[in-house]
Amino acid sequence: MLKSIRIRAAIVILLCLAALVYLAPSLSTTLPESWKKYLPMDKIHLGLDLQGGMHLVLEVDAAKAVESTLARSINDLKENMMEKRIRFKLTTNAAGGNAAFEFPDAPARDAFDSLLAKQYPDLEVASSGTVEGKGIATVKIKDKRALEIKKMAVEQSLETIRNRVDQFGVTEPEIIPQGADRIIVQLPGIKDTARAKSLIGRTALLEFKLVDEENSLDEALKGNIPEGDVIASESRLDRTSGRRNEIPLLLKNRTLMSGDALESAKVQIGDRFGEPHVSIKFNSQGATEFERITGENVKKRLAIVLDGVVHSAPVIQEKISGGEAQITGSFTMEEASDLAIVLRAGALPAPVTILEERTVGPSLGQDSIDKGTWASVIAGILILLFMIAYYKATGLVADVALAMNMLLLLGVMVAFKATLTLPGIAGIVLTIGMAVDANVLINERIKEELRTGKTPRAAIEAGYQKAFLTIFDSNVTTLVAALFLFGFGTGPVKGFAVTLTIGILVSMFTAVFVTRIIFDYFVWNRKIEKISI
Amino acid sequence: MEILKSETHYNFVKLMKPTVFLSLAVIIIGIASLIWHGGPNYGIDFSGGTLIQIKFKNATHTDKIRSAFQSAGFEGSIIQDYGPLEVMVRTPETGKNAASLTTDVEKAAQTAFGAGNYEIRRIEMVGPKVGKDLTRKAILAIIFSWIGILVYVGIRFEFRYALGGIIALVHDVLITITFLSLFDKEFDLNIVAALLTIIGYSINDTIVIFDRIRENARKNIRQSLDDIINASVNQTLSRTILTSFTVFIVLLVLFFFGGQVIHDFTFALIVGTVSGVYSTVFIASPIVLLFEKIRPSGLKRKK
Repeated sequence: MLKSIRIRAAIVILLCLAALVYLAPSLSTTLPESWKKYLPMDKIHLGLDLQGGMHLVLEVDAAKAVESTLARSINDLKENMMEKRIRFKLTTNAAGGNAAFEFPDAPARDAFDSLLAKQYPDLEVASSGTVEGKGIATVKIKDKRALEIKKMAVEQSLETIRNRVDQFGVTEPEIIPQGADRIIVQLPGIKDTARAKSLIGRTALLEFKLVDEENSLDEALKGNIPEGDVIASESRLDRTSGRRNEIPLLLKNRTLMSGDALESAKVQIGDRFGEPHVSIKFNSQGATEFERITGENVKKRLAIVLDGVVHSAPVIQEKISGGEAQITGSFTMEEASDLAIVLRAGALPAPVTILEERTVGPSLGQDSIDKGTWASVIAGILILLFMIAYYKATGLVADVALAMNMLLLLGVMVAFKATLTLPGIAGIVLTIGMAVDANVLINERIKEELRTGKTPRAAIEAGYQKAFLTIFDSNVTTLVAALFLFGFGTGPVKGFAVTLTIGILVSMFTAVFVTRIIFDYFVWNRKIEKISI
Repeated sequence: MEILKSETHYNFVKLMKPTVFLSLAVIIIGIASLIWHGGPNYGIDFSGGTLIQIKFKNATHTDKIRSAFQSAGFEGSIIQDYGPLEVMVRTPETGKNAASLTTDVEKAAQTAFGAGNYEIRRIEMVGPKVGKDLTRKAILAIIFSWIGILVYVGIRFEFRYALGGIIALVHDVLITITFLSLFDKEFDLNIVAALLTIIGYSINDTIVIFDRIRENARKNIRQSLDDIINASVNQTLSRTILTSFTVFIVLLVLFFFGGQVIHDFTFALIVGTVSGVYSTVFIASPIVLLFEKIRPSGLKRKK
């Protein structure tokens, strides 16, 4: 019997030591060097409600990715048909995921059909018919392919956002997918939320387009936009007033190059005015392409367009080899470095919208921790005192179990990297309630058994045996509920479910296993007449 | 120390009829209150909208706050006091551009109150789409936890016990919602977490008594279920009171010292746990009794 007590006590002590080791980094900031080398350094992971920070739910507009894939294919198809001298007219250009063609005669339509079948496996005719003797065909991306594109768009967006956040330098960011097209971004402790949001949400599509200098901008502004052109605006910073002006520009719609070919982007300070600009470097393929484009367009203006806004439109003086270029645009240092980050991380394949945003200031988080901790400590002390007052020495045993319960619960939370949230603190406090209940159940049973005239040892034996089933059933039932909450819950519900689950498991262990050791130790081989209960 | 005499013989079963009517009455009042208030007072988690919590250095008049945010495009905002020098501004619509929300709020506050005179403690924005999603998930979480409990208790005990337990849980949730509605509290995700806690606590309590009923039923095959239930509730009474008392202490401390953020959360818990103890004794057991009368399971007990 003594041997079994020793083994059980050893298990408990080992577990408590392990919990202490896990908790040490959260409790003390001055741990010895050797500790940092060999032992866990994780602190209790606090939810955003406790430490402050930003929580975003983004939705990837995956349909847009499908649309732009279609637009690209349609452009290619158009050029291909012109080469093959197939007569057609494009009536709708990839808007809403459909493009509509009009054909003057049957041979043109047949040629189109065979071209589509041969060279464009991703496209299909959605509907066709004749209007006023002309053949009409609507083209769309095949459903299966569209699904793939959507899935890819979300995955790629996730990766891109992760890259951006990593380079922005947030400690412990969390970027996880949710459902089919949503992304959750959690940035603990972030202060400049507006900047973080613009960094994450920006599409960052970099394009190089030629400025159309043959046609009149004024005419275009009146509404006569020449075929194949588009109006964009250039954003210029007026140094004297510090205001940004928007200047309209007429661009050729065709994208000569895009940001895909970038190898790196970094901030540099200009020699003349000390202005920051972003210098970019293309990969070898991009460099060759850039050399060709600049060679073909000497003396023309090349616009550098980011998300539809022209940043600068310098005149190409000569063929540029070496694959380097600069984006100037009178940025502040912050803007330039953010731009470099998004260019390095790449463009989002589809635009994202912010569906949900929660920002908690650091002071509110601290307040919540302080109050939550205080309330827990007060409640804890009250319970400890009450248990001693009611159960005397046995109450003390229950108190030991309770204290151990808290220790193990927090230790397990650190070990499993579970997040402590505000409802989580409430969950802990409730766990204390459940742990007390287990002890109350046992003690009341022992009392009952004593009343029937049993010896203390027999009463303890019977009390534990009878109470165990009750404790097991009631705790497992709650556990079942907690597991479902974890599966379906979001935010606070999930944080609560985590602490409750761990709390129940730990309290079953401390209330039944730990207290029993103490009881056994005191009644073992002694002829005690009475239990202080 | 003993709160109760070691053996009590209260006739709880006799009280069951009036208490069931009492519960029904409270729930009907709750439904009436919900209709009167035009449905639950959903927080932004479920309805969508924005919430801004600001702490001021000096006392600032509500009208000034209202006009400051009105000019920034936050129409129809509700302004609530939230502790000393602290207010919460809520608008039912997300409206506006989500991307520039933070900047807009900051700008509006700076022009109206001047930099350094205020601190924005929290900004939350929930789009209507997400709100719907969160509502659905919250309801699913509750319903599935009920089903999980029903199955587990059904397996460990008998089906009629599971049914009694679940009806008691539904009862507690309804009673809590009644009080939340009567006091015009807001329904948000934290309240859902509270309802779930109540479910967990109440089932815990119910199982303890069921367990005793099961034990006593095996022991005294000849005794009527009325008597068994009465004896069981009496035998576990001191435990019920003790445990509820300690949980109640904890909740009161949280309510008074836990801070504003979890104030409503603990309010719900207090109502729910009281209802949980009550329903265990007066709702769960009568249902088991009722089923016994409809379909006696005497054979089962003779095992």
